[in-house]
Amino acid sequence: MSLDKKFLEYPMRRYGMDHERYSWSMLSQRPKIEWPNGKKLALWVNVCLQFFPINQQGKPFKVPGGMTMPHPDLRHYTLRDYGNRVGVYRFLKAFDKYGIRPTFAMNTRLAERNPYLLHALKERGDEIACHGLHMDALHYGGQPIEDERQQIDHALTRLRELSGQDVTGWLSPARSESANTPDLLAEHGIEYFSDWVNDDMPYAFKTNSGEITAMPLSNELEDKFILMDNKHSEQSYVEQICDAHDFLLGEAEQQGGRILALNIHPWMLGQPHRISKLEQVLEYITAGEKVWSAGAANIRNAFLSQTKDA
Amino acid sequence: MQEDPNLYDYWAYEKRPKITWPNGAKIAFWVAPNIEFYELNPPENPNRKPWPQAYPAVGGYSIRDYGNRVGHERQMQLLDKYGIRGSISLSTALCDHHPEIIEMCAERDWEFFTHGVYNTRYTYGLSQEQEREMIQDSVDTIEKHVGKKPAGYLAPALSHSEHTIDLFAEAGGIYTCDLFHDDQPTPVKVRNGSRFISIPYSLEMNDTIAYVVNKIEPRRYGQIIKDNFDRLYQEGDEFGTVMCIPTHNYQVSCPHRMRAYEEALEYITGHSDVWVTTGREIADFYLENHYDQALSSIKQQQESIA
Repeated sequence: MSLDKKFLEYPMRRYGMDHERYSWSMLSQRPKIEWPNGKKLALWVNVCLQFFPINQQGKPFKVPGGMTMPHPDLRHYTLRDYGNRVGVYRFLKAFDKYGIRPTFAMNTRLAERNPYLLHALKERGDEIACHGLHMDALHYGGQPIEDERQQIDHALTRLRELSGQDVTGWLSPARSESANTPDLLAEHGIEYFSDWVNDDMPYAFKTNSGEITAMPLSNELEDKFILMDNKHSEQSYVEQICDAHDFLLGEAEQQGGRILALNIHPWMLGQPHRISKLEQVLEYITAGEKVWSAGAANIRNAFLSQTKDA
Repeated sequence: MQEDPNLYDYWAYEKRPKITWPNGAKIAFWVAPNIEFYELNPPENPNRKPWPQAYPAVGGYSIRDYGNRVGHERQMQLLDKYGIRGSISLSTALCDHHPEIIEMCAERDWEFFTHGVYNTRYTYGLSQEQEREMIQDSVDTIEKHVGKKPAGYLAPALSHSEHTIDLFAEAGGIYTCDLFHDDQPTPVKVRNGSRFISIPYSLEMNDTIAYVVNKIEPRRYGQIIKDNFDRLYQEGDEFGTVMCIPTHNYQVSCPHRMRAYEEALEYITGHSDVWVTTGREIADFYLENHYDQALSSIKQQQESIA
């Protein structure tokens, strides 16, 4: 019994990373960032607005949160749709109450299907980012590049038309990528994306069409991760977000501006028994004078204006 | 294959000789941060896939990278604050990838033990010669970068062969973290006959087991650490015990988990009869003062019912 000799060969054992996408650095060693008006913590609330088709293809995997029952899976289809009909309007009220300026990461197909919702978002003037075509249009390792190029082109072209915004941000459905995704995103005018969860601050990500920014959107702090995947209590969600806020604020005092990024789903936190938890969190975070609520593109701009290499 | 790994003898947790740690401490407490490198595109081991999906596994790879970019420094500040020197379970290729981290640990006189070359290169399927080569590579890398051979081994991603512990003993090691059969160090039988021991490295206290496998809430993690300590501290009066918290900077050092961890460390180090130490120091002290006693006690227990 033995393995091929390549198993004990390490061609990428070298200084820095084992790939060419970004350079290695430790967060604590980087120059201090200052947010506008002397704020210490940027609050990026990212609302995922998602369309899960009931005729799910599941290629190459069933998207987490998608259909799991034999067709027609009315259970999951309607529960997700609830977020776009009911939950999101609870979110909007809460945002208004606490002065939150979120980013809406929207599936293009949802923007096409729910013009009323899109109109409401446009009226607010908050940033709209692209969350891919829909939740069953995954990007994945081994996906033919031409297929993916078309998928990205279609998703971005349509969302730009419909929203009237530049749409410079991207979050892949299920954060799943092919090896080409960052190149194709940059090729189509995307300036930042949020699939990689390896940092708490923005950093420069190399593509064939120049550098884009990886924006830190924690998966560990996501409502779906805490409540649905880990099955933690609603009270624990509040504790975890507030503890994260306290910790990051403390670190920001020492090391310069930090970002608290909350990725939330209206079909999850927009439920009647959970919305008060989102409100509690927002109340806690916005109570002091040290937090700047802004969309991802604005946070990125403030970051880039202070860094040379990002 | 036999039904028992044949690494240690049965030894009941009663009527054991007491271990008295330095300065009369009841419990030896050590923290083992895993400092790991996972490859984005490793050669696939036929016995275990490194990632659940096809290349690139963005989610799994990037959160582990978070540990090195962000988490490491956070945990280090915390351990500094409570006077704890880490005992690092090291993917030794990290010496090449991220020497800055190695330097920061070396400056603090932390211990480096080996955790294989990469945490995406498993032991499964390696011939004995290949496994020897992998272990030797990791031992040599640590010696080259920090000037001292490692004393301990935790096999990469807890992947073992029937020879793993023998091979590490033959490479000059004195302790293993791979066995979870006891709350005290115990002698381990190795084929070269060297004095070799197991040191408790708790899977139950391991943050990745707690957070990723058991999916527990951060404050509950803090509570079970304190409860674990309380009982071992109490029993330490009678036996002398060891407590380990194995950590991963991509888990415990996330912003929403730091508070619970800090409270637990503050609690433990706030007790008077705790020897805050490292794996190697526990091993050296035990081999010098208690290893022979343990062998006689094991023999005595067996003979007492003969």
